[in-house]
Amino acid sequence: MPEKTDDRDWDEISEAIFRHLVDLAAFHLEDDEAAYLRRELNGQLRAIRELDAIDVDAEVSITSHGVPYSFAMRLPLRQDRIAPSTAADDILEQAPEVDERSIVVPDIPHEDLS
Amino acid sequence: MTTSLCDTPAHQLVRKLKDGECTATEILDSTLERIRAVEGLPPTTAEPQTSNADEKIHAYITLTEERARRQAKDIDTALENGEDPGPLAGISLAVKDIFCVKGTPSTAGSKILENFVAPYSATPVQRLEAAGAVTLGKVNLDEFTFGSSNESSAFQPSPRNPWDPTRVPGGSSGGSAAAVAAGEAVISLGTDTAGSIRQPAAFCGIVGMKPTYGRISRYGLIAFASSLDCPGPVARDVRDAALMMNVIAGKDDHDATAVCTPVPDHLQALEDGVKGMRIGLSPDYFHLKFPDPQSGELRQQAIAPEIERTVRSAAESLAKMGAEIVEDVSLPNTRYGIPVYFVVSRVEAASNLHRYDGVKYGYRYPQPVADLRELYRRSRGGGFGPQPKLRILMGMYVSAEQYEKGYYDKALRVRTLIRSDFDRIFDSQGEFALDGLLTATTPATAFELGAVYGDSVLMQYADLLTVPANLAGIPGLSIPAGFDAQGMPIGIQLLGADFSEAKLLRIGRAYEVATAEEAWRTVRPKVTQI
Repeated sequence: MPEKTDDRDWDEISEAIFRHLVDLAAFHLEDDEAAYLRRELNGQLRAIRELDAIDVDAEVSITSHGVPYSFAMRLPLRQDRIAPSTAADDILEQAPEVDERSIVVPDIPHEDLS
Repeated sequence: MTTSLCDTPAHQLVRKLKDGECTATEILDSTLERIRAVEGLPPTTAEPQTSNADEKIHAYITLTEERARRQAKDIDTALENGEDPGPLAGISLAVKDIFCVKGTPSTAGSKILENFVAPYSATPVQRLEAAGAVTLGKVNLDEFTFGSSNESSAFQPSPRNPWDPTRVPGGSSGGSAAAVAAGEAVISLGTDTAGSIRQPAAFCGIVGMKPTYGRISRYGLIAFASSLDCPGPVARDVRDAALMMNVIAGKDDHDATAVCTPVPDHLQALEDGVKGMRIGLSPDYFHLKFPDPQSGELRQQAIAPEIERTVRSAAESLAKMGAEIVEDVSLPNTRYGIPVYFVVSRVEAASNLHRYDGVKYGYRYPQPVADLRELYRRSRGGGFGPQPKLRILMGMYVSAEQYEKGYYDKALRVRTLIRSDFDRIFDSQGEFALDGLLTATTPATAFELGAVYGDSVLMQYADLLTVPANLAGIPGLSIPAGFDAQGMPIGIQLLGADFSEAKLLRIGRAYEVATAEEAWRTVRPKVTQI
């Protein structure tokens, strides 16, 4: 855990929002780590809010990546063909727990929707 | 003084090898000898074994000596049989541990992938090895490349700067830059998402290139921000970077974003000089907005004066070689690079990092758990360090329907403005019609270990001068240009239009020629003086 922390006082990400994000992200956090992360997130938002000050013309389109992809630059789509994978054993070898050729996980929680 | 093989540039080594003046095994032995002398204890995810006062480099997470010996022997056998062993024959290669290399641990500098052994090799690695490069191992980085100092790696001690081991090597390709500067590898393959090749290259006094987005395949690169990540060369000089570009660039059936645009020979016009080229200087790269470390308030700040002097001196050198220097090139949206990056990269990182769940591969929480959800929480909570967690949480916040305040859409539209700045200055029919923009690579030289780490905002601002190129997709080259008063390297950066790598390398080479006899070029890193 880094020792430095951000002491800025802005609190856009409240404790409740933070807990919700942590739940969505599926993190188990210790208290001191959670405090550090929330402080840093709020510090980063201070920098992000600089965007608010920019007057962007409504005509300006988004850029999802910098380089414009012309048709000539793109690879043609591959043929849709079935081919055997030869790496199944290598991939299964990476699994933390297997039962024969199945990956084992703990119980999947069920919710009663009735 | 005789230069060791491990300190010799790749282009000279290949010539020596093909002329029979040395063997691939001798190059490997020289590099391994240097590693034994300067590397120190290997980094580990256990408690650090050494203090910050340690004078060793700690660049490598994994050394694959036996694999390297087999490759070197194959090169020597090919030469004995009169075969062409390739344009990078026998060259010691360190691969940033964000690339998959078949049969070797591929950790991303994270505990969550500590035990992951790649079942295939990344395309650029496969191409380098096919060209004869000898892979020595995997070098350290910021965890999942998230950082600018290497201090966030789960594998500690983190790499040190070979010019002063109390300072950081930069990041995230810090292990790559430190290894090449210290003679622990001749070349390295890095990645650059916001400056992660160019900034450590500048901090360590070597050459680093971020190619145009799409120029080099990302297949086998463990993803951080998919619209920004670029693999690229980390090398000892411009000619070596050009050699690497010739090998790694080009289309790839495994990556639809790797473009079909023909790859030029990056060596062909390398020595043709800069006569008639238009090279720009921009006030927006000399004066930048930083957050005040104490108050957090944004304020205007000039880059370090000796770095500005170095950039201007480089411009004079290029002018003497026949280039036309164009002053006052306006790039008004440069200052928004970091806020845009804070949004775009986090959203993409969050998307990419949801796959690590403790189920199929990587770290799984070893204690009994109640159910699958707890397995996810415990595995991700224990496997990720603070930087990946921060990026995931921020990415989710700025893209979640209930919280987002238009940040993502705004960031993508401001990204368009940043791109437009570059389109305007590199337009051959436009007001500036530049062949290249000359800037500093970093606002300051390498900082001390612990000086910035922990403040994720200040750390991100180390990338102020490099991140606009990633957002715009254009290529950038960092080359060494001297030292500051503390003896730390200063890097200068050249930016250019899409797919102008060969031109940038040509300008960089012209600068090398212009300054070849200057005294600073004879200075060697502290750790190599053994």
